[in-house]
Amino acid sequence: MIPTQYYLFLGTALFTIGVIGVLTRRNVIVILMSIELILNAVNINLVAFSRNFQAVDGQVFAIFVITDAAAEAAVGLGLIIALFRNKETVNADEIDLLKW
Amino acid sequence: MLFLDFIWLVPLLPALGAFIQLLWGRKFSNRAVSLVSVGLPGLSFLWAVGCFLQLPRLHGTPFTKILYTWLPAGAFHLTNGTISQLNIEVGFQLDALSAVMMLVVTGVGFLIHVYSIGYMGHEGGYYRFFGYMNLFMFSMLILVLADNYLMMFVGWEGVGLCSYLLIGFYFQRQSASDAGKKAFIVNRIGDAGFLLGVMLMAVTFGTLNFIEVTEAARSGRFAVGDSVITAICILLFIGAIGKSAQIPLYTWLPDAMEGPTPVSALIHAATMVTAGVYMVARSNALYILAPTALALVAGIGAATAIWAASIGLAQNDIKRVLAYSTVSQLGYMFLACGVAAFGAGIFHLMTHAFFKALLFLGSGSVIHALSGEQDMRKMGALWSKIPTTAKTMLVGTLAISGTPLLSGFFSKDEILWQAFASPYGHGLLWFVAVVTAGLTAFYMFRLFFLTFAGKSRVPHEVEHHIHESPRVMTLPLVILAAGALVAGYVGWPKVLGGSNHFEHFLERVFENPTMRPSAHQAWSVEFGLMLLSVLVAAAGFYVAYHWYIRRPEVPERVAAAVGPAYRLILNKYYVDELYDALFVNRAQNIGNAAAAFDLAVVDGGVNGTGWLTRFTAEVSRLWDLWVIDGLVNVMGFSVKLLSYPVRIVQTGLVQTYALLIVLGVLIFMGYYLIHF
Repeated sequence: MIPTQYYLFLGTALFTIGVIGVLTRRNVIVILMSIELILNAVNINLVAFSRNFQAVDGQVFAIFVITDAAAEAAVGLGLIIALFRNKETVNADEIDLLKW
Repeated sequence: MLFLDFIWLVPLLPALGAFIQLLWGRKFSNRAVSLVSVGLPGLSFLWAVGCFLQLPRLHGTPFTKILYTWLPAGAFHLTNGTISQLNIEVGFQLDALSAVMMLVVTGVGFLIHVYSIGYMGHEGGYYRFFGYMNLFMFSMLILVLADNYLMMFVGWEGVGLCSYLLIGFYFQRQSASDAGKKAFIVNRIGDAGFLLGVMLMAVTFGTLNFIEVTEAARSGRFAVGDSVITAICILLFIGAIGKSAQIPLYTWLPDAMEGPTPVSALIHAATMVTAGVYMVARSNALYILAPTALALVAGIGAATAIWAASIGLAQNDIKRVLAYSTVSQLGYMFLACGVAAFGAGIFHLMTHAFFKALLFLGSGSVIHALSGEQDMRKMGALWSKIPTTAKTMLVGTLAISGTPLLSGFFSKDEILWQAFASPYGHGLLWFVAVVTAGLTAFYMFRLFFLTFAGKSRVPHEVEHHIHESPRVMTLPLVILAAGALVAGYVGWPKVLGGSNHFEHFLERVFENPTMRPSAHQAWSVEFGLMLLSVLVAAAGFYVAYHWYIRRPEVPERVAAAVGPAYRLILNKYYVDELYDALFVNRAQNIGNAAAAFDLAVVDGGVNGTGWLTRFTAEVSRLWDLWVIDGLVNVMGFSVKLLSYPVRIVQTGLVQTYALLIVLGVLIFMGYYLIHF
């Protein structure tokens, strides 16, 4: 049997990579992809604990999360397109209208 | 008793005229002004005549009418220890003396008012002139009709004021306004003496009423030569010196010729200047008790007479000659009073009023005809051109020179005789008076010949406009000339067969028990002296005739021959310059010092307070700007300063905000990890 910690480590690693991607990447599409990574890392966590406790709740929640992630991706892309139409850029560093 | 009961109407009618003119006269036409301001004095004259005609009913006792009590002063101590009540009323007294004065003032005054309608007709300020003239009539009548010394003083001051106002009538001319000031100030010096005399009288007699003072003086309470009485008399006479232009306070009268000619005629010939003579005559009871004072009066009178006559010899302005002549004739009147011939003094006052007013008005007529020329060197040969003026002036000149049978002869001769023969008289006084008579005849005929006879020295442009004055001006001249001719007959002396009604009329006023009895002089002496004075006058006439008609080049030769002496009298003995150096400039220095002090210290203080206020305001402003506003600004600035580090947080980048969220979560996680 694969110990549950290995799954958790994998989840943590993916989460961290996702967070770092959100925080540091310039391309907004890459930021979206990183957000998907975070969500998927959470999914792995949920499923790992579902296997651990022999309960199906975790998997159900993971289905919800996947649905949610899909919707969110659609909305996010819509935002990016609207943003692109106005600002002609996908560089997050250039979207600083609320700068002091 | 109708007229006498309302005797107060005599001064009040002109007062009403003055009141109307000075308040509303500006809006009236000249005709309306004339009607009011000449009509009212006319009515006043008629009323005065009525009062005079009712006077004999009183058989010599004075008529008194008290209107109300003015100063009910309380009890006070007299110098001799008794306690007395001093009560000053506003009251009028009419006896022979004040009746004569009243008639002269109203009669001659009325004629001069009529004359002024023509003379001042084209002048500006017509209503103002008549307002002041009416005011003068009111004051003068108060003076002569008063029943006590204080009310007389009110009139005394009033005429001084009107003299100032009328001399300075053309006030835009510097010389005129200076002359007005000079008249009033010199007058005031005399008034100080007068007031002191009145005050001394109040504490000596306890009353200022004429009748009471006269009775007290004649009661025998005081010895002849009493020092207090002498002091009172001298102080009162100082007032007369100022008012009646005697030495040393005569300098204002020649300058007073700056005023219009009717003013010179009324105030400085006929009435105001005679107030001093009236006052001395009224106080005859006091003067008889003080022979020293009488001697002073006579001495100053005689000295002034000859002094002023000598100055008049060389003057070239027609009005100046007449002014000095007035001073000289006033000297005669005081000479008469000083030898206790009060009746003669008043007689001369009356005749002088006629011929001097005539001479002044006549000179005004000449000036009017020559379009304002007053210098006799630019006149001449006017007899045929202004005949009425010329003839009346001749009458006046003859009268003042003492031509027999004219009024001046009778009055002047009476004075000369009394100066010689009175127990208070002295041969020297007579001699000075006779010499003066000769000088008078000379300078008056000099005036007449230079103006009316000889060759015409009138400039060409003026000559075209020479015209006789209108009837409103010549009629008073004719009436006054008639007066100058016949007024003397009321005083026809006994030595020539008459009974001297005038003296008789005034007898009771001047009865004094302590008077020295006059020694009986032979009538031949009086007749001889009369003849002598006529000869002296004739000599004066002859010299004038010779110098100005027969040989006109002689006066210049004589003047050149006596060079310095001529210049001395031409410049009036430099008395004005002396007074200026001694008194006037010193007074001006004090005035300037006071003004400088006022400017520097008083105004400086006020300005300093203003400066201080502005300074404090400036300090306040700077405080407000730098400190208060500074604090507020600093606060704002510090807020701004503090915001710099804080602002950095807002980068506008979502990733930064996400980073901060992550960091926050990590901190929370760390905290729980450590504590659990």
